[in-house]
Amino acid sequence: MSKQSLDYLDELEAEAIYILREVAGQFEKPALLFSGGKDSITLVRLAEKAFRPGKFPFPLVHIDTGHNFPETIQYRDDMVARLGEKLIIGHVQDSIDQGKAIEQKGKNASRNALQTVTLLDTIAQHGFDACIGGARRDEEKARAKERIFSVRDEFGQWDPKRQRPELWNLYNGKIHKGENVRVFPISNWTELDVWNYIRRENIALPSIYFAHERDCITRNGQLMAAAEFLNMDEEDVINRKNVRFRTVGDMTCTAAVESDAFLIDDIINEISASKISERGARMDDKVSEAAMEDRKKGGYF
Amino acid sequence: MEILKFITAGSVDDGKSTLIGRLLYDSESILADQLEALQRSNRKNDDGTIDLAILTDGLKAEREQGITIDVAYKYFQTDKRKFIIADAPGHIQYTRNMVTGASNSNLAIILIDARKGVVEQTIRHSFLVSLLSLPQVVVCINKMDMVDYAETTFTQIVDQYKALALKLNLQNVTYIPVSALKGDNIVHESYNMTWYNGKSLLEHLETVEIPVDDSSAHARLPIQWVVRPQTEELHDYRGYAGRISSGSFKVNDQVTVLPSGFSSTITKIELLDKQYTEAVAGQSVTVHLADNIDLSRGDILVNSAAHPQVSQQIEADLCWMDTRVLDTSLTYLIQHNSKVTRCRVQEILYKFNINTLDKVYEEDFKLNDIGRIIIKTADPLAFDLYQDNKANGGAILIDSRTNVTVGALMLRASAE
Repeated sequence: MSKQSLDYLDELEAEAIYILREVAGQFEKPALLFSGGKDSITLVRLAEKAFRPGKFPFPLVHIDTGHNFPETIQYRDDMVARLGEKLIIGHVQDSIDQGKAIEQKGKNASRNALQTVTLLDTIAQHGFDACIGGARRDEEKARAKERIFSVRDEFGQWDPKRQRPELWNLYNGKIHKGENVRVFPISNWTELDVWNYIRRENIALPSIYFAHERDCITRNGQLMAAAEFLNMDEEDVINRKNVRFRTVGDMTCTAAVESDAFLIDDIINEISASKISERGARMDDKVSEAAMEDRKKGGYF
Repeated sequence: MEILKFITAGSVDDGKSTLIGRLLYDSESILADQLEALQRSNRKNDDGTIDLAILTDGLKAEREQGITIDVAYKYFQTDKRKFIIADAPGHIQYTRNMVTGASNSNLAIILIDARKGVVEQTIRHSFLVSLLSLPQVVVCINKMDMVDYAETTFTQIVDQYKALALKLNLQNVTYIPVSALKGDNIVHESYNMTWYNGKSLLEHLETVEIPVDDSSAHARLPIQWVVRPQTEELHDYRGYAGRISSGSFKVNDQVTVLPSGFSSTITKIELLDKQYTEAVAGQSVTVHLADNIDLSRGDILVNSAAHPQVSQQIEADLCWMDTRVLDTSLTYLIQHNSKVTRCRVQEILYKFNINTLDKVYEEDFKLNDIGRIIIKTADPLAFDLYQDNKANGGAILIDSRTNVTVGALMLRASAE
C-alpha cells in the first residue's frame, strides 16, 4: 500500500475519460452536446484523450439559439475544422418557424427556454440514445442530486424521485426505446477545477471569456452585452466597459462581469477571490429558488 | 492536492445538514449569492440565526417535507485538500441512498446525538459502513452544547461505540465532540471543551491518510473500449482503453486476459500525447500488447503473476434497492466492471437484521433488505473479494424488465 494518490486534476480527468468510454461502450448512438462554453470545450479535450488516435464515437451537437455571441460560433467552427469530427446543428429558429416554439415577447424575452424544444427535436430526429453534457454538480442545488447517467423519459423529463442508484463507478445505461440518457462526465468538477484544467492543458477558449471592451447596458441589476436581440429602448443606456463573461449562453440571458482579467491566471485569481457564484451571473436561475429543478424536469440540460 | 470523498450519516434530528452547512460556512465555502439566497429564506433557528441546513436541502419536495430524501453531492476545498461530500439521508426507508453514497466514499462521518448516545440508526449506519468496507470512520458526537460540554458524556458514548466498532470490525475510528449549531470543533477548536486535545473535524479531514493500492499483484484493468483508427497510416494500431481499477502496470509486464486466459506482454501505455512506463490505480490509459489476442469490452487485463478468481457461482452480500421484491425465478443482469451478463439469485442464505446485527431467515427480499445470497451467472466473472479489493469486488443487479438498478452486490467468495 502506498499513500500517494493521484493529483486532483489527474483524478478528475481520469474519471471523466472513464465515463466517456462507458458512453462509447454502452450506447448505440450517443452525441456530445456542445455549447461553445468552457465546460463543453473541456469535454472535447477529454474526448480526444479518451479516443485518439481513433475518431470520436459520437458527433458534436450544437443547439443554436441564433442569439449566440459571434465569437462563440467562430470558435465552434474553427474547432470542428481542427478536430475533423462531425457537427450537427439544431436551430431554435427552425423550431419557431415550424410553430413548435413561440418566441417570447417583451423586453426581457430570451430564447433560452426554447432551446429545450429544439434539443428534444434534434434528439428524436437523429435517434440519440445518450447525450453527453458539461453540467457540473457544484453549479446549483438541483444539479447536486443528479446522477452521472441521468435517464430521461421520451419527453425528456427528469424525475428526481426515480433516479437509479449509482454505485461505485458502475453506470447503468440500460434504457427502453424512446428514452435517452444525459451523461455528465464532469459532474464532480468545480468551476475552479475547470479553469485550472484549461490552464494546465493550455486549451484555447472563445475570446469573450477574457476581459475586453464592450458596449453594455444594465438590466435588472445585471450587466448585459448590448445586442439587437435584447429589444433595447431609450431606457437602456449604453456604457462602454471592460468586461468578461463567466458562462457562454444566449446573449439575452448571459450577464457580464466587470473585469480586468486578460489572462487565464488573472481569471483564476479572480474566481478564487470571487464572492459570487457562476450561475449567479445567469438570469435564468434568478426567477425562483427552484428554477433549475423545474427546467430540468421539463427536459433542460 | 488530493481529493477526499466522504459520506455523512445520521438520524433525522442529529443535525447532519447543520453539520455540513457549518463545515461549508466556517471554511468560507459559501459564495455571496448563495448566502443571499440563504438569508432570503424564512427558515431560521430559534435564536434568529441562519439555518445552515438549507445549504444542503436541494429539491423542492424536500424543502416542503423538511427532510433530505436523496443523495446530494457538495464540493468544497481548503488549501490542503478538495472534498466531495455525499450527503445521504438518515431516514429509515432510505438505506439504499446511504449504500450508494458510501460506495463512492473513502471516509464516513457518523453523527451521534450526545443526549441519546448510540441508537438503532447508529447501529444501522455503522453496519452499512462496515458492509461497504470504508477505510476511515469519524464519529462526531454532536449537540455537546446541550449536555453542558461534559467530558463524561463524551467518554461514555465513545465506550459505547467502541463495543459496536469491535463487533463490526471497523478499523480506524476517530471520535470528535462537536456542536454543529454553535460551531465547536467543526472548523475551529472549541473553547468550551478544553478537555479535548484532538483535531477539529476539518483538520482531521485535511490530514487523514487515504490508502491507495498500487501493488502490481493487484493490477486490474477492465477493458472499456478498443481504439482502432483503421486509417492508412495507423492500419495496425490497436489500443485497449480502460481505467486501472487497482494496482499498477508497467511496460514489459506479463499480463493475462480474463476470463479467456490468453497472455501477452505490455508494449506501451499511453494517453493522447503522453506515454508512461508505469500507470497506477485510478489512471485512465490506453495499453498496447505484444500479441494480437482476442480482447474486447467486458474482459479484464491482470498481472499474470496474481489472478483474481474466475467463477460462475458466487456468494455475495446483496443490498436490495427496488420496490419490487427479489424474484429468485427471474433472470437479472449483473454488471461487474465493463462486463454485463445474465444471472439468477440461486439461493438466499440469510438476511441481516441491521438494527440488531442478527441473522434472520426469511424467504422474501424487500427494498432496503441486506443479506447473503448465492448468485449464478451465465458468463464467468473475474473478481476479487470485495473486502480485499472494492474496485473489483462490487457489482450491480439490473432488472431487465424495467432496466432499473435493483441491487448492490459485494462479492465475498466463489461458491463453485
